[in-house]
Amino acid sequence: MLEIEQAVVQFGDHRALDHVDLALEPGETIAVLGPSGSGKTTLLRAVAGLQRLDEGSIRWNGADLAGVAAHERHFGLMFQEYALFPHRDVAGNVEFGLRMTSSDRAARSRRVDEVLELVGLAGRRARSVASLSGGEQQRVALARALAVSPRLLMLDEPLGALDRVWRRRLLTEIRAILDRAALSALYVTHDHEEAFAIATRVAIMRDGRVVQVGASAEVWRAPVDAWTAAFFGFGPIVAAEVRDGQVHTPWGPIEARAETAPGAVEAVVRPDGARIDEVGPIDATVVRAMFTGTRVELAAVSGSGPPLTVVVAPRDAPVVGSHVRLSIDPDALLVYPDPAD
Amino acid sequence: MRVGRAARFTQIAIPVGFLAVFFGWPLVAIFGHSLRAGALVDVATDPFLRRVAWFTLWQAVLSTVLTLVAGLPAAYVVARFRFPGRRLFRAFVTVPFVLPTVVVATAFLALLGPGGPLSFLHWRPGVAPMLVAHVFFNVAVVVRTVGGFWANLDPRREEAARMLGASWWRTFRHVTLPLLAPSILAAASIVFLFTFTSFGVALLLAGPAHATLEVEIYRQAIDVADLRTAAALALVQIVAVLAVALVLARAQERRAVAQRLVGAADGSRRPVGREKLVVGGILGCTTLFLGGPLAVLVWRSLHSGGHWSVGSYRALGTSASTSTLFVSPWAAVRNSVEFAAIATAIALVVGGLASVAIAARPGRATRTMDAFLMLPLGTSAVTVGFGFLIAFEHAPSGLATSPLLVPIAHAVVAIPFVVRSVVPVLRSIDTRLRDAATMLGAGPRRVWREVDLPIVARAFVVAAGFCAAVSLGEFGATLFIARPDWPTVPIAIQRFLARPGQINFDQALAMSVILMVLTAVVVLAIERVRVRELGEL
Repeated sequence: MLEIEQAVVQFGDHRALDHVDLALEPGETIAVLGPSGSGKTTLLRAVAGLQRLDEGSIRWNGADLAGVAAHERHFGLMFQEYALFPHRDVAGNVEFGLRMTSSDRAARSRRVDEVLELVGLAGRRARSVASLSGGEQQRVALARALAVSPRLLMLDEPLGALDRVWRRRLLTEIRAILDRAALSALYVTHDHEEAFAIATRVAIMRDGRVVQVGASAEVWRAPVDAWTAAFFGFGPIVAAEVRDGQVHTPWGPIEARAETAPGAVEAVVRPDGARIDEVGPIDATVVRAMFTGTRVELAAVSGSGPPLTVVVAPRDAPVVGSHVRLSIDPDALLVYPDPAD
Repeated sequence: MRVGRAARFTQIAIPVGFLAVFFGWPLVAIFGHSLRAGALVDVATDPFLRRVAWFTLWQAVLSTVLTLVAGLPAAYVVARFRFPGRRLFRAFVTVPFVLPTVVVATAFLALLGPGGPLSFLHWRPGVAPMLVAHVFFNVAVVVRTVGGFWANLDPRREEAARMLGASWWRTFRHVTLPLLAPSILAAASIVFLFTFTSFGVALLLAGPAHATLEVEIYRQAIDVADLRTAAALALVQIVAVLAVALVLARAQERRAVAQRLVGAADGSRRPVGREKLVVGGILGCTTLFLGGPLAVLVWRSLHSGGHWSVGSYRALGTSASTSTLFVSPWAAVRNSVEFAAIATAIALVVGGLASVAIAARPGRATRTMDAFLMLPLGTSAVTVGFGFLIAFEHAPSGLATSPLLVPIAHAVVAIPFVVRSVVPVLRSIDTRLRDAATMLGAGPRRVWREVDLPIVARAFVVAAGFCAAVSLGEFGATLFIARPDWPTVPIAIQRFLARPGQINFDQALAMSVILMVLTAVVVLAIERVRVRELGEL
């Protein structure tokens, strides 16, 4: 359906998109995930037609979009911080796209009611957008983009300005709305939890390149490189050596997976990797415990290595200063070739 | 915005052409006259004219200091305290600033002159009433500029100083005052420039013994008919104003301190204990000072022979004058309103086109154009009027005697206001709004119509109000170019004041009240649009 091939966008010396390939299947949501400046917004603007490609192509059902102006693509875009029209009320914002194509006032009004209902803003038609809360503005922006039934919906950091509770709630709602409308969507965010929750597949961007594409669970389980693992908050990253089928870490040797080649490596333990195990090989001391509500994150020191993070249920949490035995799941030990090699 | 070459050319050619003819040419004429036959040397060596320049300078400095002294307490109260009617007070303080100079001068004549409540002071035309009128006029600048800045200063910084053991006065002296300095300097610059170029107030209140440069230009040109000397003085005036403006702008840049300002949730609070007395006192004194003269003006216009009467107003319609130049006062009102409408239309078209051109293409060319369009702001009204007088004296096809010169001069004065209120709005339109409209299917033209136009429309309404207010009250330029048979209201007032007799003074009072009401209607209309648009700005 949507195919991006070898897309390049150059801003002076800076290459904002560097030979990006990405294909979107019907009904699929791809989350484009990366830190700020990685080129995600540029990618979105290129697909929207607001940014010209310097090289490569973007095709829709096989047809090149290069000659199609932004306002003729029938794509919806929900902007960062929403970009609502301040001089129009809620209904005026939602109706805007409909007015461009339809002169049937009654039909437009019905559609406005329909989408406002869908996003949970029924009865707010005449409110000024400035008087709405952040969450409500976000819904108006979503309704505005949905009203014209776009072929593809793009969302640029749609939850960026909201607090935690609202993000949670709206994320679920957006997912439900996308499912109900059977819409294909590109969802740009810098928050990996948000990306994993919303998307069928995740595309990781770094310095203008797509470095990994895959299903959420798969990407989380096996980030493509140490940088991506660190971006997900995995850590610490330590120097280690693979030898005789074992990964020699500062915490002791851990069984290497079959495909691992010998040599110097960087190793990261995934947050679900270290656990308290009475017969575990690692002897450690708990130096910190951070209570986060549903779980406790322990920092445990063993040998010469940096503290290991161990996640436990609150009722299982040992007191700070106590000795524990740990084991590390070989499957959760991520090993990357040492970049110095 | 995608516009064709022709449209782009028009956007630049019309404003530049208009100002070249109606601002540039008069300036050139002034230069031409002043450089003739050593006029500048004569002016520089004439002890009388040197006294005029010196007087202009020190009265402006003194007016500025007095205005700061009178305005800072009110700025403090408005910024730091919450009290019933605060918004009303803020609006009220602005009233004198938008009033025509002639109205203010008449109000002080009504207050201080024979028959006025303060007549026991045995006032004579002189420096003191002029200074008081300058303060009256410009207090608004201090309260709005400094008060607005002060309200946004984070009060926790002062609280921190107090917690560290500083007294109220030490806190003010060492924390608040240095932080306020840029805004105080900004307000002082504006007040200084206004009072340095004071014309109406100086002409009507200071008396013949004390002339400012502006008044002297007028006397030399009209009373003495010495265009050479008048032109040389005008040149001195232009250079002085530009120099002062540049120095002050520089100083302001240097003093500006980056600081955290608190947002809408301001740091004001209700006064407690002894503060109530201080706040009440400051509010009372300011209200009395600003409201008193205007109240006396209205009151005296409705009194004749010791009792309530609309005789002064009735006299406007009936009094037959012996003068051959007599024009009915109501005709003057009609002229003023018509001129205001024409001036507003011209200023909106010329200024609007220029704004679109400046906002659409940021760059050196449009920056130059922007600066060029601001020049009339730095040129006094008298200079504009005098320039018109000598530039169009021999102009072809009746332009020299056309009543249209008056609204054109008003438009020249008003164009900077249009540009200053429209350009920022055009620039501030978030490009994402245009992108959003595009994504919803709007083509380029539709985007302009649906996004840019509605947002800018309000700015145009506000600008139109400013233009109308400027035109209604304009005195300095009009005095030079208004034809005797086409006077505006300010000119009619000045003529009544120039004639002896109670009946003439009463009519000046009545005309002033009418002009005040006209101006108030326009300004209130602007405020309504502004409040709806921007909330409490």
